[in-house]
Amino acid sequence: MNIRIDGVEYPATKDRNLLETCLGLGLNLPYFCWHPAMGSVGACRQCAVLQYPDEEAEQAGRGKLVMACMTPVSDGARFSLETAQARRFRQGIIESLMINHPHDCPVCAEGGECHLQDMTVMVGHRDRRYRGRKRTFRNQYLGPLVHHEMNRCITCYRCTRFYRDYAGGTDLAAQGCHDHIFFGRHEDGVLESEFAGNLVEVCPTGVFTDKHLVHDYTRKWDLQSAPSVCAGCAVGCNTLPGERYGRLKRVHNRFNAEINGYFLCDRGRFGATWVNDERRLDYPGLRGEDGRYNAIDHHGALQRIVSSVERGAVAAVGSPRASVEANFLLRLLAGPARFCPGFSAVEQPLVGEALALLRASRATVPDIATMETADAILVLGEDVSNTAPRIALALRQGVRNRAYAMAAGLKLQDWQDAAIRNLAQDQRCPLFIAATAATRLDPVAARSLRLATPEIARLGLRVADALAGDNSNDYSHDNSHDNPDDHSVHREAAAIADGLRDAKRLLVVSGTGSGDIAVMQAAARVAEAFRDTGREAMLSLVVPEANSLGQALLCEGNGSPDLDALAASAEAGEIDTLLVLENDLYRRAATDQVDRLLANCQRVIALDQLDNPTTSASHLAVPAASVIESEGTLVSLEGRAQRCFPVFPPHAERHPAWVWLLATLKELGREAVSDWHHFDDVTRGCAAAIPALAGIAAAAPDHRFRNHGVRVPRQPPRYSGRTAMRANVSVHEPKQPEDEESPLAFSMEGLNRDQPAALLSYVWAPGWNSNQGLHRFQADVGGPLKGGPAGIRLLRANGGATPLPRHATAAFAVEADEVLLVPRYRIFGSEALSAISPGIRELVRPACIELCAADAERLGLADGDGVQVGDNAAALPLRIDDAMAPGCAGYTAGYRETAGLAPNTRQRLRRVAHFSPPGPTVIGSDRGGRHG
Amino acid sequence: MNALDRALTHPLTRNVTPERRPFDLAAYEAGGGYGGLHTAIGKLTPAECLQIVKDSNLRGRGGAGFPTGLKWSFVPMEDGGPGHKYLICNADEMEPGTFKDRLLLECDPHQLIEGMILAAYTIGADVAYVFIRAEYLLAERLLREAIRDCYGKGYLGRNILGSGYNLDMHVHSSAGRYICGEETALISSLEGKRANPRAKPPFPQVSGLWGRPTIVNNVETLCNVPHIIERGAQWFNDLGLTEDAGTKMYGVSGRVKNPGCWELPIGTPIREILEGCAGGMEDGYAFRGLLPGGGSTDFLVAEHLDLAMDYGTIGKAGSRMGTGTMIVLDDRTCPVAFVQNLVAFFARESCGFCTPCREGLPWSAQLLAELEAGRGQAGDLDTLAMHVDFIGTPGNTHCALAPGAMEPLASGLKYFREDFQRHIDGRACPYCEREAAA
Ligand SMILES: Cc1cc2nc3c(=O)[nH]c(=O)nc-3n(C[C@H](O)[C@H](O)[C@H](O)COP(=O)(O)O)c2cc1C
Ligand code: SF4
Ligand code: SF4
Ligand code: SF4
Ligand code: FES
Repeated sequence: MNIRIDGVEYPATKDRNLLETCLGLGLNLPYFCWHPAMGSVGACRQCAVLQYPDEEAEQAGRGKLVMACMTPVSDGARFSLETAQARRFRQGIIESLMINHPHDCPVCAEGGECHLQDMTVMVGHRDRRYRGRKRTFRNQYLGPLVHHEMNRCITCYRCTRFYRDYAGGTDLAAQGCHDHIFFGRHEDGVLESEFAGNLVEVCPTGVFTDKHLVHDYTRKWDLQSAPSVCAGCAVGCNTLPGERYGRLKRVHNRFNAEINGYFLCDRGRFGATWVNDERRLDYPGLRGEDGRYNAIDHHGALQRIVSSVERGAVAAVGSPRASVEANFLLRLLAGPARFCPGFSAVEQPLVGEALALLRASRATVPDIATMETADAILVLGEDVSNTAPRIALALRQGVRNRAYAMAAGLKLQDWQDAAIRNLAQDQRCPLFIAATAATRLDPVAARSLRLATPEIARLGLRVADALAGDNSNDYSHDNSHDNPDDHSVHREAAAIADGLRDAKRLLVVSGTGSGDIAVMQAAARVAEAFRDTGREAMLSLVVPEANSLGQALLCEGNGSPDLDALAASAEAGEIDTLLVLENDLYRRAATDQVDRLLANCQRVIALDQLDNPTTSASHLAVPAASVIESEGTLVSLEGRAQRCFPVFPPHAERHPAWVWLLATLKELGREAVSDWHHFDDVTRGCAAAIPALAGIAAAAPDHRFRNHGVRVPRQPPRYSGRTAMRANVSVHEPKQPEDEESPLAFSMEGLNRDQPAALLSYVWAPGWNSNQGLHRFQADVGGPLKGGPAGIRLLRANGGATPLPRHATAAFAVEADEVLLVPRYRIFGSEALSAISPGIRELVRPACIELCAADAERLGLADGDGVQVGDNAAALPLRIDDAMAPGCAGYTAGYRETAGLAPNTRQRLRRVAHFSPPGPTVIGSDRGGRHG
Repeated sequence: MNALDRALTHPLTRNVTPERRPFDLAAYEAGGGYGGLHTAIGKLTPAECLQIVKDSNLRGRGGAGFPTGLKWSFVPMEDGGPGHKYLICNADEMEPGTFKDRLLLECDPHQLIEGMILAAYTIGADVAYVFIRAEYLLAERLLREAIRDCYGKGYLGRNILGSGYNLDMHVHSSAGRYICGEETALISSLEGKRANPRAKPPFPQVSGLWGRPTIVNNVETLCNVPHIIERGAQWFNDLGLTEDAGTKMYGVSGRVKNPGCWELPIGTPIREILEGCAGGMEDGYAFRGLLPGGGSTDFLVAEHLDLAMDYGTIGKAGSRMGTGTMIVLDDRTCPVAFVQNLVAFFARESCGFCTPCREGLPWSAQLLAELEAGRGQAGDLDTLAMHVDFIGTPGNTHCALAPGAMEPLASGLKYFREDFQRHIDGRACPYCEREAAA
């Protein structure tokens, strides 16, 4: 199909609107309200072009203005972008938008990376004619993450469309009318949505900006950035952290068509600034007799490590948040049998089982984009909004496939957003959720069940049986006949199976978050049973951390000791030196248990970024570079290996862990590493040694790669002040640091174009200074990057060779004075590092125990009581929350205070006398600050 | 004129006597009311009713004049599966200078209900709404009473007249925004959303209220339906004086001797309405122009007074018949202030969805206010003219409010250009000066 634009024939595709088509062709057509992931509504009228009905009209220049974003393309259609009529109109739009705009670019946090600036320049509007007063607004306090400056608003409606329509938020809306429309909350307060941070990128002006950047400001063109991967959870969203003066200033989304697309969650966006924390270790510290640490230099530290390792029996604890390479080297150092992957004892079998199930299942293991194609979804026991938030956003899109199907019936195209929403209203694909507590996805679910963990597993098994038409399992072995509740589980399972009758693509989501292997197994069985009916099934299992799956692959099948086993060998005096890599063990096990473990080792060497209880208990604390300052490979929950690159060289002696460990191995004279010099050598060495990780070397081009003969720059062409930056120290400008480990340069020199996707270090194109310039890097507007996919899928399913396990689940019942302890994860708090990032820190609430009112009454407990769980030492405040399933006590997981609690165990709660709850966390410390 | 003659020539106002309460159900029926209902429900098929309405050449009286039968024919009639179809009566009537629907609502609510039942029957709707202007409190009360009585009588509810046809009817009082009269904004508002218009296609006929097939018709349009069904398409066609069919509620406001609203054959010449019914200009005032169909239509001037008030003729003269209710501009009222007043109204009533209307209307109003205040500058008329084109060209904006809003300004600049220029040259409004001098 061809269309004509300004007399030139161009190829076009039918399912694209004219704006997408033009942008895809590299034509400069300005726009505001259209968004590649959110489609068109026709509000801003900025994308106007002239359409000619026929050739004759084209000759005569007689046409009609149409909005390109609202115009489907059809074969032979004729348009003009360049005609004076269209240009004048587009100028008129900018001129109109400018009548109220404050023109505060010099003090605006968006300035220099502002779509409004770009579009203003693009249309060529310059002179002001409007003489009236400007409209003004009062700004709101929206919480510690997002800054609000309403006067800059151009009323494009993108923010509400994202926040409400796309992300399901309710506390941000367009308010008021005519030329006085306010985008904000009904009153000041923290934005509720866990995706609120995307407003920063969705808003084409400086209304919503990153509060951290606003408070620690740098011009956006002065930011240095590199492709990175979010370490917030196992989803593996791609990020672009931005640095200046050695400080992380902000994190932007890095588009990946298969994973995060255009959006991150707030843990990912705002949870990396801990790298600026004062508690970062700068130099190796050796504990003296008096218990204080003395700084020693790099060589001294290395010698200490080497001699410690040489002197006796070594064991090591790796980390599911550290890179594959660092873990691999550590494992090499300690030997597989003495390398503990660093999971908690509870988590280790869970993650192992997740991997085993992904391999055994014949269902597709979907990336996020594939998840969004599901037409039915079952979530078993995993609170994805808190454990893998980006998946929750994907599920919200998945349920809309019903809307797209209805739209197709009316011949509407997918980009006709408003029309499709009006047509479908609240009709959605079925989403079924079974969880131990209410979840944020419940409002879009067809059915949301609150069940105790074993019931969730049982529900899953019964759904699988119902799908298989298998009534033979009488479940008598799990004595459920005695349990009246079981009938309701049975009924619900039948209803769910019935609800899946018309589905063609089922997505089953579960994971380690329930703390129960049986739940994951049940999820796998549902997917399998659905697949056996000849339809397509997807299985997604959430694991806890950014490299949990990588760690599971590294240790797969060789019986690595878990933390309990390690503690036992320490107890037996079998460990002289314990090396701990990027892991605060006090978040993995009960305090007394970790105390004992560390005390039973002669020497503890902790390699970490931050001062934490584990480094404080070590004899030698060695500073490590963070994920932002280091190269590394992480394996996401779908088994995708992705490479991170350092955004800036680390300070002081904060070397990447792989550098410390490689140097140690070399000092030790280990044969295997004798000719390894580069990061790439380690990656390749790991790929060669561990078949399951064979693919990782291909996750990104190696350090010798050159893009058309040159490097890919980390600094944009407008990067300024390089000579002035260090002028207070010396007027001699130092040489730019060389990057010997990657094809990226710590400078402006090179080519940021046409590179492989894994090397996209910033988004900029001439005339497109904001993130909207992304389409210049996409092969197809809104679609994959020109450089191909980023990362590589490692998981190879074994095609159903191993049968899926089927465990009997005991019927759920608790004694009158008991509860079932179930984990409750929090997007802000359960992940240790993001929780100390400024901003998020203000949103973290203390750990607690949650019970429904009926259970609290049964146990004689009241809201605010302090309770002790079993013999766990810490007393936790009790919160009564009817979101909890009956019989279940939720404990805030991922906190040090709850590290000793084991999920899905029956416990007694003891009321503690004279309990004083942990002080209220400050929320909204800058309230009453700038109100505009 | 006896009652039957009046019913034949003035079907819409046959029961209208503003001095007394409107007929209740019994009185309405005694005067032949619900005759259309008895003629059609259970006796004619929806398709037959549709054909009659098509043949009648009834055109929408809400302003756009779209053929009613044609509009109804877009509603899918095959069994569309589960779900409702809707009929909505647009009783929002916030068009400046327009008060014809109010008269029909307050003086004969059963006529509207009968029309709505027939329309709903024809399109297969099972739920009907009257979306009524917030200030029409009396009309709202009367309607609610009438609807209650109809439920009592079995004209609404389940199994109407034993035909198996079901219809529920609700009254929804608007929150008071002009844009709610625009049919798709009305639908958004009825759904409890912001009253933003929707892009078409898809048209409400296929995806309207709650995504279901929906017809929106004006009060006056629907009031015609019982008579058309009862007396036939030919009778209706014969009522019109020109190519349009039926009668029309015409209105006149401004400095005329006898402002008001009258039912006349469609196509009655303007002069006859202005001079015959409204009694001509008040003493001491001379005619300068008029907006023929509400505040969002283009000025007509003296040379147009002999034109027939129908859709085609007024359209050819460069304006629109709109709602058929004229606003008269006299020689002692400043045309700039007159237009400014309207543009300021439309600026305030803009829903704020699309840029040209949201930003351009306040700017235009601000410029006109500057002119009025004697602060106009050379170039301001060009800027205004630019806006006429920028805001006023259909398609430039998301809905029809903006083009309508620009019509008085566009034609004002054409017919009263000198008045505009004098505001700039004289640095004052000449009309205010005259007033002050007097
Ligand atoms: C800004 C605007 C306001 C409108 N207000 C009304 C109104 O108050 N009443 C009305 O009947 N139609 C109004 N309309 C026209 C309606 O959109 C619609 O065309 C009409 O209700 C259809 O009914 P009809 O076909 O019976 O005329 C308005 C249109 C616009 C653009
Ligand atoms: S706040 Fe930003 S995104 Fe929202 S309408 Fe205004 S300019 Fe658009
Ligand atoms: S979903 Fe996970 S990986 Fe993605 S941004 Fe959030 S925390 Fe990071
Ligand atoms: S033209 Fe005016 S009223 Fe209509 S959608 Fe645009 S802003 Fe709203
Ligand atoms: S981008 Fe097309 S109207 Fe806004």
